[in-house]
Amino acid sequence: MLDIKGLEVSLEEEEKQILKGVDLAIQPGEVHAIMGPNGSGKSTLSYVLSGKDGYEVTGGSATLNGDDILVMEPEERAAAGLFLAFQYPVEIPGVGNMTFLRTAVNAQRKSRGEEELSAGEFLKIIRAKAKTLEIDADMLKRPVNVGFSGGEKKRNEILQMAMLEPKMCILDETDSGLDVDAMKLVSHGVNALRDEGRSFLVITHYQRLLDHIKPDVVHIMANGRIIKSGGPELALEVENNGYADLLAEVA
Amino acid sequence: MSAVEAKSVPDRLEALEVTTTGWSAEARGHALARLRNAGLPSKRDEYWKYTDPTTLNADDAPTAALFNAGEKPLFDDVERLKIVFVDGVFDAEASDDLTLENVEIARLADTEGADIHWAKGLYGVLENNGQTPVKRPFAALNTAMATDGVLIRVTGPVAKPVSLIYRHASDTSDAVLHHVIRVDDGGSLTLTENGPAAARFNKVMEVDIADGAAFHHVRAQGRDHERRAVTHMFARLGKESTFRSFTLTANGVLTRNECVIELTGDDALASVSGAAVGDGVFHHDDTVFVTHDALNCESRQVFKKVLRNGAVGVFQGKILVKEGAQKTDGYQISQSLLLDEDSQFLAKPELEIYADDVACSHGSTSGAIDEDALFYLQSRGVPLQQAQDLLVLAFLSEALEEIDSEELSDALRHRLEDWLARRSS
Ligand SMILES: Nc1ncnc2c1ncn2[C@@H]1O[C@H](COP(=O)(O)OP(=O)(O)O)[C@@H](O)[C@H]1O
Ligand SMILES: [Mg+2]
Repeated sequence: MLDIKGLEVSLEEEEKQILKGVDLAIQPGEVHAIMGPNGSGKSTLSYVLSGKDGYEVTGGSATLNGDDILVMEPEERAAAGLFLAFQYPVEIPGVGNMTFLRTAVNAQRKSRGEEELSAGEFLKIIRAKAKTLEIDADMLKRPVNVGFSGGEKKRNEILQMAMLEPKMCILDETDSGLDVDAMKLVSHGVNALRDEGRSFLVITHYQRLLDHIKPDVVHIMANGRIIKSGGPELALEVENNGYADLLAEVA
Repeated sequence: MSAVEAKSVPDRLEALEVTTTGWSAEARGHALARLRNAGLPSKRDEYWKYTDPTTLNADDAPTAALFNAGEKPLFDDVERLKIVFVDGVFDAEASDDLTLENVEIARLADTEGADIHWAKGLYGVLENNGQTPVKRPFAALNTAMATDGVLIRVTGPVAKPVSLIYRHASDTSDAVLHHVIRVDDGGSLTLTENGPAAARFNKVMEVDIADGAAFHHVRAQGRDHERRAVTHMFARLGKESTFRSFTLTANGVLTRNECVIELTGDDALASVSGAAVGDGVFHHDDTVFVTHDALNCESRQVFKKVLRNGAVGVFQGKILVKEGAQKTDGYQISQSLLLDEDSQFLAKPELEIYADDVACSHGSTSGAIDEDALFYLQSRGVPLQQAQDLLVLAFLSEALEEIDSEELSDALRHRLEDWLARRSS
């Protein structure tokens, strides 16, 4: 599904290398988790994969189902099946949440040569999906993320994911700022989407989330590299001992 | 250039003459005297420092090619009474019958011999009130020389909007129209205006809103790229009355819209707003002066401009709160979205307050499109151009929300969406 090889990334504005050769291969249907100290480059990886400006790829490659995504526009990557649940979802005053979602869904359908959804069809689908995430009609009407609590923003990200039905889902600290109930809702939303054809990359600090969304592989990222990969037990090790031992191991 | 201008302006004023003989003659004579006294403006005037009036002053209107966007007429689906002017000349064929319940509509040019008391008491009167503290010579010129216009007296609620439609058929037309509107106690009227009107258009609208009356004005200025317009709205508000005026502007090499509002009765509400989208050779100036002279009134100025390819936007807005106008709530916001570095927004927001118990706020900002929002939309699959259009509409929506009619604001919103989509395809 997603193949990242030797990915090196620097900031465009200043002379600073952030990713120093990242290797990662995710097969269809797999869930991978990335953990790692703050500032290790996890969000940068997710941004570079989804095409945000400001980063320069100085080496390596990233392909989605064999296609080089690094040369694509962000909207092309989305149409190709990539989705990023933002660590900090953006507020867009003046654009209604529903309008936003319908525009996005139809833009993707159009780019795949599919028929656009009518207002009625769309409404029916979104109402059902919003309900399971406990997103009420008011939240759908309000401007995108404006005045949403931290938890509401994250649930809104999952709603978008559910509506867009991407193939490769990247979740950047979707659990941060969530209370236990919200975490359950979000995990439930994610698990509902799990299937053989869909893969997940879950970036998190906490084992907690991984109790709900069970990963196949756990990676530890530090200082722009993946320093260790293993099974779910690696997350437990981090939870119990922190990163210090792991960092010392590679040093 | 300025030497020529300095010579020709007084010549032009000397040559003017009031030839009308009817009820408005006296007011026109006074206006001409005012104009000669003030002189026509030049870029040296403080009030015109952001907008060069040279082409508005010129003896002849600079030519403006006709533009046919090939789109359905605006507000076509809105049930309304249509009054059509072509290059400033009334078109009876194209206009509806002027009878409508609770409203009397007459034409300025038709009524010379008549005795229209109410209009006589207003024609040039609100314009004259608006000449202090700042001179507005084009408005005086208009009062003196207007060739036509409508006189509308509203005596009760009017069931459908009255629509002034301005068509442009000659590329050298120079139109001067003057409308007078009086809304009596308990009356309410929605008035729409749309169309380019002429190569050069000078329009004045004087609106007197009695106690408890309401006046809603929704305007879309014509899209002819080369047209020029200088317009003035003078509004006087009585107790518990409402005034709302919204203007959408796209295209036009030069537009100066002045709006002068006087809140003279307690508990009144005035809202003046505008959305402008400029691309290329486009200079749009909104100049607003709101005077609070009564208790507990609210005024709102909401102006949004989206500019690109060297387009220029200007906002000069003032809130004057007179002594004793306690509990005034004055709001003013002027913002521009600059889509590139060639475009420019010039703003002069002002507050002058002589009462101590008031809440006034004003803000003016100018900025680029929000890159994070743009990326967020793109990352959901929305193509760049469409994402930008969505953000442009979002930016303008605060101004559109000032319109108190969903039907009219939807019509404008859809038109804007079409324009944006067409431009980007
Ligand atoms: N746009 C940027 N400008 C400056 N520094 C940045 C930028 N993006 C990332 N960085 C820096 O790169 C490093 C990695 O950041 P990030 O990817 O957000 O880490 P993580 O998500 O693992 O906490 C940090 O040192 C951060 O300060
Ligand atoms: Mg991060």
